[in-house]
Amino acid sequence: MWRDAALVAGKDLRVEARSRVGVNQVVPFALLMLILFAFALDSDREVLVKVGPGLFWVAVLFAALLGIQRSFVIEADDDARDALRLSGLDGAGIFLGKAGAVAVQLIALEMVLAVGVIVLYDLRLQSPVLLLLTCVAATIGLAAAGTVYGIIAAGLRVRDTLLPLLVLPVLAPVLLAAARACDAALAGTPSEGWPWVRLLAVFATIYVTFGVVAFGALLEEA
Amino acid sequence: MSLAVRFRSAVSLLGRFPALAGVDLDVAPGEVILVRGPNGAGKTTLLRACAGLVGISSGEAEVLGHDVRADRQAVRRKVGLLGHAAFLYDDLTVADNLRFAARASGSSKAAADAASARLGLDGRLRDLPAGKLSAGQRRRVALAAVVARQPQLWLLDEPHAGLDAAGRNLVDELVREAAAGGATVLLASHELERATALATRSVLIAGGQIRDGLLSPPTSTPIVDGATDPPPREAIHVA
Repeated sequence: MWRDAALVAGKDLRVEARSRVGVNQVVPFALLMLILFAFALDSDREVLVKVGPGLFWVAVLFAALLGIQRSFVIEADDDARDALRLSGLDGAGIFLGKAGAVAVQLIALEMVLAVGVIVLYDLRLQSPVLLLLTCVAATIGLAAAGTVYGIIAAGLRVRDTLLPLLVLPVLAPVLLAAARACDAALAGTPSEGWPWVRLLAVFATIYVTFGVVAFGALLEEA
Repeated sequence: MSLAVRFRSAVSLLGRFPALAGVDLDVAPGEVILVRGPNGAGKTTLLRACAGLVGISSGEAEVLGHDVRADRQAVRRKVGLLGHAAFLYDDLTVADNLRFAARASGSSKAAADAASARLGLDGRLRDLPAGKLSAGQRRRVALAAVVARQPQLWLLDEPHAGLDAAGRNLVDELVREAAAGGATVLLASHELERATALATRSVLIAGGQIRDGLLSPPTSTPIVDGATDPPPREAIHVA
């Protein structure tokens, strides 16, 4: 399973590195969102500081949608999904590989966006451990849930428009919990953030487990 | 001796349409079987069913000793399918595509490189993204991916299509080498003259059923595609 996961993740990351879709389109899109929020709320700097964590995670969420869609578009082109099925790779390994590749891209995106919110929103980072664990848990949850719903939508003609409808309500708890945890970290009250990190960890665990168990069957039906 | 392919009354549904409507087929190891038939007869579905890519709704289907319905993954590890699509990632180079295909199926990087060289894909072509290749070159890469898997059962759907004369000859060579090495080949083709020369036996599929050649010796005179009326598929009852 782990060998298969590494193989699939390596392939997906190599595709993204070669296509440069992430660097040329997804990252600019997310940064543009931060800038637009800054323009919209610039007259009230305090509000911008207050809602900064939420805006950060909204930008991550929409960028994640693009990344997840992209992860399955590359399998749809030239019937590569058939090749994946035919390969005999373990379904759990494929899930972990695809979710892992999405997670790596999201972590990179979050690092860029973190610089963006510091510069644009004048946020000061505190409680780095809480922030780091929030990002890790939220990213795993986003990637795992997104990959599960990505494969569910993958076989449908309306997948491009259906995926956001499926995923956004499911990911609402991640958005809420991650924003609250970051709020607490930035406010210097980390004790208020840990319950939200636990919620993120539970969400991530549920979707990673579900993906490992069900992805193979979902891939067959896609 | 166990058969390489054994289908008994195998039915495969595409939606509610029986693409395979009760197929009976025995293929011995080492045979090269030409699967003939008009468009829409079920040739592609038969090959995909052998690869475990389409489900068998009823009947029996065994490939290389494994029940296709119960042990699909074991079947897939042992077969190589050249389909209508090339199954390539356009942003990856030819070498990357072949190495991924080989390693995913448990084969080695060396096997991928050897297949690449065998199909004339070394040199400049190896480092080109698959998306930059011509249709014929993509076909060669797809064929190289099959070779790199070192399958026991080759499933070739129109393998000569889109290839130049040298490529077509290469396909013929590969089929002969595979058979000589003990592999079994199922070949669906409309190029009857060339494919018949390769085959040890041919079967005609029409209306989702094998109409000729179930256990027969090699057919010397090809039957013209479309000459046989398919049976009415509505009459098929699925258990």
